[in-house]
Amino acid sequence: MTRRAPWRAQPAAGLGTVLTRRRLFAGLAPILGTAAAAKFTGLGQAAEAGSGHGAPTAHARHSHAFQAGRAVDHQANGFNPSDIVRDFDMGQTSRLPDGRVLREWEIVAEDKEIEIAPGVKYPAWVYNGRVPGPTLRCRQGERLRIRFINASSHPHSIHFHGIHPANMDGVDRESGEVATGESFTYEFEAQPFGMHHYHCHTAPLAEHVAKGLYGVFIVDPEEGRPEADELVMVMNAFDTNFDFSNEIYAVNTVGFHYQNEPIRVKRNELVRIYLHNILEYDPVNSFHVHANFFNYFPTGTSLQPTEFTDTIMLAQGQRGILELRFPHAGKFMFHAHKHEFAELGWLGFFEVVD
Amino acid sequence: METSGATENAPLPRATRRSIWLLGLLPVALIASVVALFAVLGVPGLGERPGVPVEELVVEQTTLRPGEIQLTVRNDGPDPVEISQVSVNDAYRDFTASGREIARLDAETITIPYDWVEGEAYEAFLLTSTGGTIVHEIDAAVGTPASGLTFFGLMALLGVYVGVIPVAIGMLWLPFVRRIPQTWLRFLMALTVGLLAFLAVDAVLEGVELFGEEGGAAESFGGVALVFLGAIVAYLALAAVQTYLEKRQERAKAAGASGPYLALIIAVGIGLHNLGEGLAIGSAYTVGALALGAFLVVGFAVHNTTEGLAIVAPIASRPPSLARLAGLGMIAGAPAILGAWIGAAAFNPSVAAFLLGAGAGAIAQVIQQLLPSIRDRAGRALHPVSAGGMVAGIAILYLTGLLISA
Repeated sequence: MTRRAPWRAQPAAGLGTVLTRRRLFAGLAPILGTAAAAKFTGLGQAAEAGSGHGAPTAHARHSHAFQAGRAVDHQANGFNPSDIVRDFDMGQTSRLPDGRVLREWEIVAEDKEIEIAPGVKYPAWVYNGRVPGPTLRCRQGERLRIRFINASSHPHSIHFHGIHPANMDGVDRESGEVATGESFTYEFEAQPFGMHHYHCHTAPLAEHVAKGLYGVFIVDPEEGRPEADELVMVMNAFDTNFDFSNEIYAVNTVGFHYQNEPIRVKRNELVRIYLHNILEYDPVNSFHVHANFFNYFPTGTSLQPTEFTDTIMLAQGQRGILELRFPHAGKFMFHAHKHEFAELGWLGFFEVVD
Repeated sequence: METSGATENAPLPRATRRSIWLLGLLPVALIASVVALFAVLGVPGLGERPGVPVEELVVEQTTLRPGEIQLTVRNDGPDPVEISQVSVNDAYRDFTASGREIARLDAETITIPYDWVEGEAYEAFLLTSTGGTIVHEIDAAVGTPASGLTFFGLMALLGVYVGVIPVAIGMLWLPFVRRIPQTWLRFLMALTVGLLAFLAVDAVLEGVELFGEEGGAAESFGGVALVFLGAIVAYLALAAVQTYLEKRQERAKAAGASGPYLALIIAVGIGLHNLGEGLAIGSAYTVGALALGAFLVVGFAVHNTTEGLAIVAPIASRPPSLARLAGLGMIAGAPAILGAWIGAAAFNPSVAAFLLGAGAGAIAQVIQQLLPSIRDRAGRALHPVSAGGMVAGIAILYLTGLLISA
């Protein structure tokens, strides 16, 4: 909030003017009145040799990357994006008197410093110790009960996307501002089926979301979906210097994580990606997979795909389901097709194996 | 000095002297014990500063080599800073640095392999361990002159232009000067003063510009104050040397010393001046202020030509051998080469600011030395001829300055 260290932006020290000055010095040389003056300017140009197109070096292989040889301490973070990508929290189930399934979760909000790029710490707010929060998964029509405990030093809440009563929406005084040390239980029916999400809705909203209080909320259709290798990808970013623009972009929090540790999938097996954009401060995010195409189900609310493509774009809070098979073995890149985001961390690889 | 009586110089009794020392040391001892007490007791508020760490880094130097961008960063803040990642044009890059954490006032060199394009603009940001960003802009990428043998050769050449050649040429003017009217000579000297005054102002402004918005130099070492400190120190040092040499000169005269000996002493004094001049040129070159370097070369060359006169004046009646003349010229002029090397190698902006200031101080001292030679018979320094000469000197550099920035 008020944590803003006094970094100073420092423009270059007159580098841009060197060239013109050097050229004009050559024009001034006759004033020196000696033949050697011409030699002087000649030497100046010789010293300049090597300018122009800088030749790529052996390091060029790390073109999109953080500093080589450094990794995030996942253990200290308490979560690993390699696990998060396939981690679905089914909660505890029981039967209600009317025979319906009651599904329950407990979610704790807390303050936690996490490492989002090698050596870069961020004072996050987290659900259940991780960013993104747990991927809550249920079936359409079930009764859901989410007990929210606020162990953070700030008031928080959970606002679910879905169809539910106003007092369960996480925006009024009771459900929308759960004070430190207090709790609130959200209860509603799982409707409609699709790929949804939840996030804190306490003011200031942008900050509460940007600091890490969000997660994926999947409501499966009653008849289920075809068997597949299912992945969760939350496209997020972090404004590390609190200037309302992001410095680190990622899928599942840690920049370039899946470049260093590619997501392994089997050749020809159906892969289903639950893709979510929770980017704050930038209006649009996108997803592009190399050397492949996918069926796209916007918000996952229909079992019929609307598009067969290799690139989709999502506004803030938009999400959808992608289904694809990899016919070839090998490493295939995926990234935001806004290349600025890609080169600031939102870039990874699938490793297709037999 | 002249009022110092015998009573003041009479030796004090040993015991009195000791008690004077004790009285002088008492406050120092008190301060030391208070500091020690604070340290031992760990007084709250001393060791810890409340709030988040302050991260202040400045990029002091940008070096562009083929396929590589190198930034020299100095920690200008009170706390250690760790640079965790580096981005160029909104893309994180691999990079090398000797360490992770930069202690207060320490510098670190960050080398980023990067296929930069000449003339294009770049913006790098350094991401610290706390997520802070230090933004550095390169207005237009241009290859940095290599500081190899060629570079030092270039600096040596500059030194030769500034020091050796003009002094030698000035020595050749002797027959001419012996024949021209005094008024002409005074005008020439005044012109030199005008040139130098312009240069002194320019050097100070250039030193000041190293800091603040357009610069990028660490201010923990004193910032702009360094320019003025440099000027004062250089002025005082040269003035002291001058006085010392004058004293020796007088003694030498009294002892019936020969003209050649006087010429040697003057040559040594002028050599010290030229060392400062070389420093100013070398440091101007490395901070990218090459135009100022060119100015300095022109200004110093013109000025140093007049220095040649000073050397040969005492030996005018008995012309020495050519080898001896050459030796005197080297003593007076060659230190400019050494100065240019030191000035160019000390690329640190704080040092550069100090040296630019030192150059200005040296110039001020030379002006003071030249003033007697422009006085007319009535002893006035600012008569129409000298004022006209000074204005002409300033005008020459002002007009050439317009040509350069056009």
